[in-house]
Amino acid sequence: MKKHFVLTRRRACWLCLCLLCVLTLSAVIMAQERGPNPRGDFWGSVREGVSGYTAVSSAGHDVLIHNGGQNWREIRNGLIAGISPWILAGVFTAIMLFFLIVGKDKLEEPRSGIRIARFSLAERILHWFTALFFIILALTGASNLFGRAVLIPVFGQAPFAAYMQWALWIHNVSGPLFLAGLLLEFIIWVKDNIPKKIDIIWFRNLGGMVGKGPRPHAEKVNGGEKAWFWVMILAGIVVGVTGVILDFPIWGQSRATMQISHAIHATVGLLFVAASFGHIYIGTIGAEGTFEGMWRGSVDASWAKQHQDLWYEHKIKEEQA
Amino acid sequence: MARMKFLCDVERCIECNACVTACNNEHDVPWDINRRHVVTINDGKRGEKSISVACMHCTDAPCAAVCPVDCFYTTVDGIVLHDKDLCIGCGYCFYACPFGAPQYPEQQAFNVRGKMDKCTFCAGGPLPDNSPEEYRKYGRNRIAEGKLPLCAEMCSTKALLAGDGTLVSDIYRKRVMKRGGSMDFWRWEAAYPGQGNENRSENDKEK
Repeated sequence: MKKHFVLTRRRACWLCLCLLCVLTLSAVIMAQERGPNPRGDFWGSVREGVSGYTAVSSAGHDVLIHNGGQNWREIRNGLIAGISPWILAGVFTAIMLFFLIVGKDKLEEPRSGIRIARFSLAERILHWFTALFFIILALTGASNLFGRAVLIPVFGQAPFAAYMQWALWIHNVSGPLFLAGLLLEFIIWVKDNIPKKIDIIWFRNLGGMVGKGPRPHAEKVNGGEKAWFWVMILAGIVVGVTGVILDFPIWGQSRATMQISHAIHATVGLLFVAASFGHIYIGTIGAEGTFEGMWRGSVDASWAKQHQDLWYEHKIKEEQA
Repeated sequence: MARMKFLCDVERCIECNACVTACNNEHDVPWDINRRHVVTINDGKRGEKSISVACMHCTDAPCAAVCPVDCFYTTVDGIVLHDKDLCIGCGYCFYACPFGAPQYPEQQAFNVRGKMDKCTFCAGGPLPDNSPEEYRKYGRNRIAEGKLPLCAEMCSTKALLAGDGTLVSDIYRKRVMKRGGSMDFWRWEAAYPGQGNENRSENDKEK
């Protein structure tokens, strides 16, 4: 009986390997037959961006053709501007759906009327200072990327350019201030944000926000808040450092450095904004009584018992002692 | 409709930089800005080539594609111009351009760069032709006067050609046909045909 050839995975691999060998070999032979082409090689190397001599010594003028620009254009206009609106809209929609389906995380016990100090005035000033610059940077940065498509059709070219002139300057001045605020926040809050075992349990129970059952334990800062803290610090440092590279073109950094910095800055910045939606939601309409902690500096005892039980007990002991 | 193009004949360019100087003078550009520059590849070696380069007035211009305020426009002649009244000096066109055409009068902390400046193909900007404001912001508008870019007009070896792309390529094609495949239309054999190598210095002998 005639046996049919069966293309197993192993055979397919061998076949591909043989084909690759034949192709490589033929390419080598053809290259030898063609011989060198000095003029072709010359312009080939120019196309690849070799540098030469120029009497005009402005930045990067010794290179005839910079290839990086086209890559940067594709990344900015294609990947970043093309995908990020969907990510932002997706996160926003997900949060809104969560709000509509699961609803607000209400206080389970009525307000006790007892206030427990949560954030000092200095902490609150620092938080709102950083938050203000974050919002300014997010809005001006988004205008820079999406304004041409979204705002020019609404407001017209000249008004948008006039706004953008200021927006760019404000963005460039706010950046280092935001970075300074963020680093100060890191210094004063890192001690409460060291990840611990109870944070994993907190996440496993989704912070007690969904469904019934006992709330997971939490100290002054719960698992979700810690996650935001580290996202904020890491994203903030990446956005901040790349931003400073772009903000100070006086240090002789090359165009390639600035192209890469910009791509990282925009990507991480937009993801940072998307993540901030979660923080803003839970701090305002998402959880009853949370906003007071950062606005008035104190929270109701019922809120503390519900969300930060270990911290609440610690505070009560402190009070009794 | 004409489609304006620059072409630099590398077999003719002698790296005199007169195109750079003529441009700076004609348009009274700010100090430290050079709308055109000459690059020499393999400088000082046999077979070195020089090329004069400025804005290439791309059909699909990367500068225009990345501009946040959309301040670039292409004229009916295919010249890429920009509006300095809209420009916010962000530096993106400088990141995107492969030829290093966009430049800025300033480069300070907090990314202060001033309004971008680049080659206009001697066609000015969006302001009224050859008005004082247009001259101050963009330089002379020679195209409106029926003239071609000065860099090419005064090029001593006629290496740099500027004008309607079809005419420019016709001129270049004729040159290539006349030269043939060999590049021996200059150097010793061209200057002293059939005289052999007696008086030729060692350095100048073909390797």
